[in-house]
Amino acid sequence: MILTVASGKGGTGKTTIAASLAVAIADEFPLYLDCDVEAPNAHIFLSPEFTQTQRVNQLVPSIDETRCDGCGRCAEVCQYHAIVVLGDKVLVFPELCHGCGSCTLQCPQRAIEEVPNVLGLLEAGTAREGIRFARGVLEIGQPMAVPIIRALKRWGPFGDIDTVIRDAPPGVSCPVVETMSGADFVLLVTEPTPFGLHDLHLAVQLAGELGLPVGVVVNREGIGDGRVDEYCRSVNIPVLLRIPFSERIGRALARGENLVEVLPEYLPLFRGLYVDIRSRLIEREGMR
Amino acid sequence: MKQLVILSGKGGTGKTSIAGALSHLANENGGSKSIVIADADVDAANLELILSPRYTQREDFWSGKIAAIDQELCEACGECMQVCRFDAINEASDGYSVDPFACEGCAACFYACPSEAVTMKDQLAGAWFRSDSRYGVLYHAALRPAQENSGKLVTLLKQRAKQRALDKKCDLLIVDGPPGIGCPVISALSGADVALIVAEPSKAGVHDMRRIVDTADHFDLPCVLCVNKTDLSTEGSREIEGYCRDKGLKQVGAIPFDIDVPCAMAQGQTVVAYRPDGPASLAIREMWRRIEAVLWGPE
Repeated sequence: MILTVASGKGGTGKTTIAASLAVAIADEFPLYLDCDVEAPNAHIFLSPEFTQTQRVNQLVPSIDETRCDGCGRCAEVCQYHAIVVLGDKVLVFPELCHGCGSCTLQCPQRAIEEVPNVLGLLEAGTAREGIRFARGVLEIGQPMAVPIIRALKRWGPFGDIDTVIRDAPPGVSCPVVETMSGADFVLLVTEPTPFGLHDLHLAVQLAGELGLPVGVVVNREGIGDGRVDEYCRSVNIPVLLRIPFSERIGRALARGENLVEVLPEYLPLFRGLYVDIRSRLIEREGMR
Repeated sequence: MKQLVILSGKGGTGKTSIAGALSHLANENGGSKSIVIADADVDAANLELILSPRYTQREDFWSGKIAAIDQELCEACGECMQVCRFDAINEASDGYSVDPFACEGCAACFYACPSEAVTMKDQLAGAWFRSDSRYGVLYHAALRPAQENSGKLVTLLKQRAKQRALDKKCDLLIVDGPPGIGCPVISALSGADVALIVAEPSKAGVHDMRRIVDTADHFDLPCVLCVNKTDLSTEGSREIEGYCRDKGLKQVGAIPFDIDVPCAMAQGQTVVAYRPDGPASLAIREMWRRIEAVLWGPE
C-alpha cells in the first residue's frame, strides 16, 4: 500500500502525522519517503542515518558551436523558452529547461549534446525502529521540485517494499500531484481554521481529479470552529483521527520529538488508523 | 515604491496572518502608507479570507499545453512513446493516449509524430482577480488543483500588482509568498526590495529558515527576520537570534503565540483589527515600525 500524507495548507502537521504513523507501524517495515524536497523535515522526527546518496540530474542542452548554423529550430521547439537564438549565438537557460530532449531530437545539424545539470540529491538510510527512510533535497536556487520527487519515487535503495508512506509538500500544484500520483490512498491533514478548511477543500478536489480515495486527520482540534467537520460530513469524507490542540504537544514537536513519544497513548490510535485505511482499500477493491 | 515579500520556507509559520496584519498597520493613522497587496501563494490563497475583498476584475489564466492524440490519424508507430521522457504516453490495445497529469507539455511527441496525430491543447490553469479590500487593492489568484505553472501565475499577478502600485503612486507592495524554496517562491521574491522571513522556533522551522535565507542570498535579496510563536521553544528562539547575529541579519520582530490569531482568522479579520492590544498585535505593531525604518529609513 502506498499512502500519501498531504494537506493543501502548510504547517498543518503532515510530517507529524506521517512520522507518527511510521513509528506506529514499524513492524510492517514501512518505507518513508520525504517528498517535501523544498523543505524536508521528517529526518528531524525519525533520525535516519543516511548510508546511500544519489544525485538527481536533469539533462540540459549544450550547443556544439562548430556544428550549429544558427537555424533557430531548437528555440522554436522549446516550449519553456529555455533556448534563445540571437544571430548565430545560442543561449541556454538551464533553470527553465525541463530536460525533455526535444531540441536535441529536432536539431538538423545534430549540434546539441545533453549534459547533466544537478537539481538535487537523494539520501537513504535506516531510521528509528527499523523504518526505512529516503528523501530528496532540492538544491538552493533551483526552481524545479518535480524531477526530484519523480526520481525519489523511482529510486529503489531498499528493493520492493509493501508499505510506503509519502510525506507531501504543501499546496496543490505539480509537486503535490507527483507525490499523490500512483498512491492508493491520500490522508489529508488539516486544522479546524478557515485557512485549513479552504486548502483542505482544494486538496480534496485534487485527489478527486486523480481518482484517489481520501480520509482526513483533524489536527489541533479546539483552536478554530466546526466548519471542517461540517464540510467533511457534507461531502462524505471520513475523519479518521483527531489530535487535540495542546501547548505541550506543540512544544514537544518543536523540540523534534515524535508525537507518539510524547503521547504513547496515541500509538494504538495510529495503528488503528493504518488498519482502518487498509480495510477501506480492501472494501473499495471488493466493490470494483 | 517599495516591495516587501513575506517568506518562510516551512508552511504554516504565519506568513499570511502577518501579511494581513501589516496591511492593516500600513493603513493606520488615516492611511499613512498607501499599499497594494499580492497573494503569491496561488496554490492555497488564503489572504482573501481575512481581507474581505470585493472582486472588481476576474481573468482566466491560460497556461501551458498538454498533448492529445487523434486516434483517427494515429498509425500506432509508437514514436511518441519513444521520445516522451515523462512517461506520459500510454499504450493500449487500440493505440496510444496521453496521461494529462504526467504530460509536461514539452511537445516532443508533437514534433516526433510522423502522421501529425498529436495536437497541443491550451490549458485553463486557473484565474486571477483584482479586488478592493479594506486595506488597498488586492491581487490574488486561484490555480486549479493539479495545474503546473504556478510560478508563471505568480509572475503575472506580481506584474499587475506592481503596475497598479506604480500607476497610483503607492508607497508599498506587500507580497504574501508561498511556502518552499522552489519555482513559485523564486517568482515571488524576484524584484523585491526586502524579504521578511517568518521563522518558527521549532527544529523544522529553523531548518527551513536556513534554506529560505540561503535562497534569498542566492538571488541577492536582502532579508530581515521575525520569530513567530516564540514561546514554542525558547531554545529555538535563541538559536534563531544567534543565527541572525552570525549572518548579520536584522531581527525585526518576536511574536508570541497568541490564540487571538486563529480567533481573528475565524472572524475573517486580521489579528491587529480583532484584538489591537493583544500580545501578538503589540509585537506585530512594534515590528511594523522597524520594517518601516528598514524600507524608508529612520523617521
